[in-house]
Amino acid sequence: MKRIFEYFRSLMLLELLAGMGLTMRHMFRPNITILYPEEKTPKSPRFRGLHALRRYPNGEERCIACKLCEAVCPALAITIESTQRDDGSRRTTLYEIDLFKCIYCGFCEESCPVDSIVLTDFLEYHFEDRAEANLNKEQLLAIGDRFESKIAENRKKDAAYR
Amino acid sequence: MFEMFESVINWVTSNYLVWTLIKILVITVPLITAVAFYTYFERKVIGSMQIRVGPNRVGPLGLIQPFADVFKLLLKEIILPANSNRFLFLIAPVIALAPAFAAWAVIPFNDFMVLADVDAGLLYVLALTSLGVYGIIIAGWASNSKYAFLGAMRAAAQTVSYEIAMGFALVGVLILAGSMNLREIVLAQQGGIFDWYWLPLLPLFVIYMISGLAETNRAPFDVAEGESEIVAGFHVEYSGSAFAVFFLAEYANMILISGLTAILFAGGWLSPFEGVPVLGDTFLGEGSIFWFLGKTVVFMFMFLWYRATWPRYRYDQIMRLGWKVLIPITLVWVMLAALMTVLGVVVRGS
Repeated sequence: MKRIFEYFRSLMLLELLAGMGLTMRHMFRPNITILYPEEKTPKSPRFRGLHALRRYPNGEERCIACKLCEAVCPALAITIESTQRDDGSRRTTLYEIDLFKCIYCGFCEESCPVDSIVLTDFLEYHFEDRAEANLNKEQLLAIGDRFESKIAENRKKDAAYR
Repeated sequence: MFEMFESVINWVTSNYLVWTLIKILVITVPLITAVAFYTYFERKVIGSMQIRVGPNRVGPLGLIQPFADVFKLLLKEIILPANSNRFLFLIAPVIALAPAFAAWAVIPFNDFMVLADVDAGLLYVLALTSLGVYGIIIAGWASNSKYAFLGAMRAAAQTVSYEIAMGFALVGVLILAGSMNLREIVLAQQGGIFDWYWLPLLPLFVIYMISGLAETNRAPFDVAEGESEIVAGFHVEYSGSAFAVFFLAEYANMILISGLTAILFAGGWLSPFEGVPVLGDTFLGEGSIFWFLGKTVVFMFMFLWYRATWPRYRYDQIMRLGWKVLIPITLVWVMLAALMTVLGVVVRGS
């Protein structure tokens, strides 16, 4: 008796109709898609995007060529060569990051004693040539100059948790 | 000036061949356009059912998207697999497409707009819709690829099984209408929404829609393609315009099945408000081509709704459903339909 009842109940296609009701309800829900170039999701102040080298407010570059970032980099993406400048301070002559090797772990930023190498929240970049993936010192400093206000703002927001 | 115009029109209408060709164009050109926008409609509908937006980049609201897709496919290279049967490989898409278009010859858009008012219209449609599967089988075999071959075998088994259920569902309509002429089948349903055959033949109506899904290889019966199981099934090896033709055939078939459902079970061009006191006296109460197109669009939407809702059937479940559930039910209901006619429960053209 129960089996006969179940048979006729299955013929009513109740589960299928319930499913169709669900999809119909969803059809009238507002879409959650973010239309990317026009709309963007909020980013954390800790977001790890493109690298940058920062300067002090007087224009002097922060990096003192301690090579801690080069040592800590798990992907060996950073190459540094240094020399003693005429005023006696130690500076880099070569500071290169290979963006194809970099895994964006942020260890370089954490290890830096002078807050020189940082990861900005800038992520919309591309290369049209393999060579472009090697960022040299000038490029990194230029990125730092371009995004300095944003970097400073994000670091201020995150300062309490560092 | 007018006389010249008139003589041209006279020549066109009196020349049977030219006049028929024009009629064919009047049916096929909107049909191809409808197919193009059906793909757009599908992506939009399924998108919003999944709380997405669907295509919105090419043209306003993405409306140019189907044409972008078509041009992309036409400009692409057709790759011929090295060990394929070249002739069959190229003829298969055409075999799949031709019946989907040819079947429109007997579809009545309203009381007088029909290309060929044949008495065996229903039989003709049934014959042509089953021809479409040959395109799929040949495509799968000619590709000389195991996935394509698996897809073709599945398509063959599935179509053969569901053809029977579909045929019996049509027999029910046949018994009630007493005619195989699609125009007369519609006229037999006169008298408002509750006189259409979806009500007395409700199980057959549902079964016809289910078999229609299986016949067109649409979700949840899309095992012949089965992206997640056998890559793309019968059309893995197809690219460029040959693939576009398969695409066109699938969507043209869906529109055809929707139109047939509208004619056989939902009163074709007849108005649902026939005999309703106030509405029935306005133009809404009259049957017109717009009612037919509207009903077709509703059934076309159902196809997309099903696809957005249900997961794909397992192959053995499809066979079980077809042979052990649908066919017995249709057999019983065909007998009931005969009883209904004999006892006068359903009167033709009341």
